[in-house]
Amino acid sequence: MSVLVFAPVQGGILKKVALEAVSFGVRLARSRQSVCSVLCSASASADTVKQLLDLGVSVNYRVDHDLSDSDSVTYYMAQAAASCGAQQIVVSNTYMGKSVAPRLAVRMGIPLASGVIDFPQASETGWEVRRSVFSNKGYANLQVQGNSCVISITPNSFATESHPSGEMKTEHMVVAKGAQEGKIRLNRVDRVAGKIPLTEAERVVSAGRGLKGPENWHLVESLASSLDAATACSKPVSDMHWRPHEEHVGQTGITIKPDLYIAIGISGAIQHLAGVSSSKVIVAINTDREAPLFKVADYGIVGDAFDVLPRLTEAVQRFRAAHV
Amino acid sequence: MNIMVCLSQVPDTTTRIVFTADGKSLDKSGVQFIINPYDELALTKALELNEALGSGSVTVVHVGRADSESNLRKAMAIGADKAIRVDADATDSIQVARELKAVATKGNYDLILCGRESIDYNGGVVGGLLAELLGLPLINIMTSMSSNGKDAEVSFDVDGGRAFAQVSHPFVATCQKELTEPRIPNMRGIMMARTKPLEVVSAETDSGPTQVSRFDLPPAKSGCRFVDPADMDQLVTLLHEQSKVI
Repeated sequence: MSVLVFAPVQGGILKKVALEAVSFGVRLARSRQSVCSVLCSASASADTVKQLLDLGVSVNYRVDHDLSDSDSVTYYMAQAAASCGAQQIVVSNTYMGKSVAPRLAVRMGIPLASGVIDFPQASETGWEVRRSVFSNKGYANLQVQGNSCVISITPNSFATESHPSGEMKTEHMVVAKGAQEGKIRLNRVDRVAGKIPLTEAERVVSAGRGLKGPENWHLVESLASSLDAATACSKPVSDMHWRPHEEHVGQTGITIKPDLYIAIGISGAIQHLAGVSSSKVIVAINTDREAPLFKVADYGIVGDAFDVLPRLTEAVQRFRAAHV
Repeated sequence: MNIMVCLSQVPDTTTRIVFTADGKSLDKSGVQFIINPYDELALTKALELNEALGSGSVTVVHVGRADSESNLRKAMAIGADKAIRVDADATDSIQVARELKAVATKGNYDLILCGRESIDYNGGVVGGLLAELLGLPLINIMTSMSSNGKDAEVSFDVDGGRAFAQVSHPFVATCQKELTEPRIPNMRGIMMARTKPLEVVSAETDSGPTQVSRFDLPPAKSGCRFVDPADMDQLVTLLHEQSKVI
């Protein structure tokens, strides 16, 4: 009996979403007198062994595969689940998780709860999980029947806690390739080096039509880089092709919940607010004091983005230089 | 190609979400339901693919009650050849996927398209569930596709980038923005839709393994603190000391 977690690795190190999922898995295992097993690529560095040990993992499955495509992850997770008798599966609700979670649920014949934002509670017939619905305009408590479940957790929703287990078994999994592998013939993957995926970012700097044109985005990018933040935009901005669609946050774009969301020149239509209102702290910069975004913001600056942005970037740089 | 498009209806994006007093369901009074925007892209893409090939048919499939029929007529006005409605309350993603599978196995589909998620329950899993239930490859979060009817060239979003691949029909794909632009039905389409077949079939499976016990709204924000635009050091200090986010 075990909880099994998929831990994505990038450049040899565990991604932040991996740490969140592992920590969640350990907590789940402890609440059920079970143990936590983790699957990761053998490309993970030696340091990750200590990291997993420190988080409280009991078994670490490693496979000689980069685990960057969802077919392989689904296949190896199913193999590992059979090996450790996993009853609960935990993945982060990234694009990878969105592809893996439903297929694992079907393959294992167990229920699925996606986009979970709170720690699940035991209930009479199984358990209760909480997820956001209507693009963060509301929440739903979901009753899951039985003891088993695939759970995908929303990035930036769970803290990483240390529970040193003292002992961790590392198992090199050697399995035959799955039949599904190779049906999709991957030509190439373009990755933007050094760019933080929006859904995983702890800080996001976002701008709207108030920026007046794509040529002014260097102001947004400077602020983002000073904060190690990802950049985002409103729907009109992506519709006008000022910015790529994958930066569009809102109800029909990406839903995010970073620690810090800075919205510049975005009035705050209900669809936009839906996508960003779960952010921990919201800063709004707008010339119009009546902009709806100020109603959900923690801090507001009524002013012209072209004045405020360079000043804010400098202030952040000064702060960071003083707090290295 | 013979294409199946899975379609759900959702509250219009401008809807202020209100739940019933018992917290058990969405308060539907005054809510206008639209075709889920990502499903609309799936429908348009299906039509474009067949137009490029010069032949084929597009069937939209929906799991829901009769109140969705105006949206199914709209889908046919946009260009779908027929609609199938599975008469059931859609309450769980696995239940919906099982019903879709039952319909899919009765047709001989070369391609099954879904939206990448519905903007109401945001599960984003029906496409993946359906692919696995049918034993078909899944192209999730698809951003482009061309096909000769046998093999397809696709691109799709992955974490931190974009993948480019080839895949043979049949397969399941979920549609992301950028794939295409939605179409607006014209008068001729609206007239023709009236006589196109809308088949109602009964549900084949039980309710799924999950059920919503309570809905609630996010807590109201405590209020906005305005900071002098000339003093950005103050904002940085507040973000550091009070909010602890930098």
